[in-house]
Amino acid sequence: MAEFFHMGGYGLYVWGSFGVTALLMVAEPLLLRSRSRQIKQRILRLARLEQGANQ
Amino acid sequence: MSSRLVNWFKFSSPATFYPLSRKIGTISTIIAVILIAIGLYMSFFVAPTDYKQGEGYRIIFVHVPASWMSMFIYLVMAGWAALGLIFNTRLSAMMAQALAPTGAMFAFLSLWTGSFWGKPMWGTWWVWDARITSELILLFLYLGYMALRAAIDDPRRGDRASAILLLVGVVNVPIIYYSVQWWNTLHQGSTIKMSEESTMDETMLITMLIMTLGFWAYSIAVAMARLRSVILERERSANWVRELANGEL
Repeated sequence: MAEFFHMGGYGLYVWGSFGVTALLMVAEPLLLRSRSRQIKQRILRLARLEQGANQ
Repeated sequence: MSSRLVNWFKFSSPATFYPLSRKIGTISTIIAVILIAIGLYMSFFVAPTDYKQGEGYRIIFVHVPASWMSMFIYLVMAGWAALGLIFNTRLSAMMAQALAPTGAMFAFLSLWTGSFWGKPMWGTWWVWDARITSELILLFLYLGYMALRAAIDDPRRGDRASAILLLVGVVNVPIIYYSVQWWNTLHQGSTIKMSEESTMDETMLITMLIMTLGFWAYSIAVAMARLRSVILERERSANWVRELANGEL
């Protein structure tokens, strides 16, 4: 196991590359999810305000 | 006869593409997860150790797919920009807008992983070599496109101005691609050649292709997710979005 993480002495470079790639490719979908939630909430709020104004 | 032809312009309307984008996004997400899982497994457990670079070469399995995607996404964005300028379709500009951050991310990852590969193999994190410098310019083109879009208040004017920037920047892509042939660079030449047999072990090659296809599916999935938010943000006062809101989205 330790040998696997050691990567024949290239551990820092291999994991530094795969790690940052994984980090960004996990972060991007999460950020997009919160962006989607925000805009949907905003649209729903606008729709409620409009309904309130029409009554 | 005419009933058999698909009316592509129908899908150039954000309202009709919105439901379709969800299906494309779901399918791409599934494909991306499966391919990247297989690709990662092969990267570490199937692909053999390199006779020259030992385990260090495994960086190739993220470096090359990220670099290819950074160039390919730019070309796709430029294609959408051209379509948007010619047909004046809003969705084309939104497509480019949805792809940009992902393209910038891959350009950054290409430089980052290249740096982490260069250090142990060449002894330096960075060198102003033609390949690396032109890739850095690609990253700046992505950032410039996003900054220009964001700086213009009228979205349609922003679409046109940033579309022109994208088209002018296309000249950089062949420069990146051919830089290793045109100049004497520290960066190695292409391992994959279109005209002749590639100089790479078959398992390594297949692993790299699987990772590339996985990154490709990932890009489509996140672009569709971002596109859906962009459409809602830009069309929030349109009737069809109000109808969506009345059905609680």
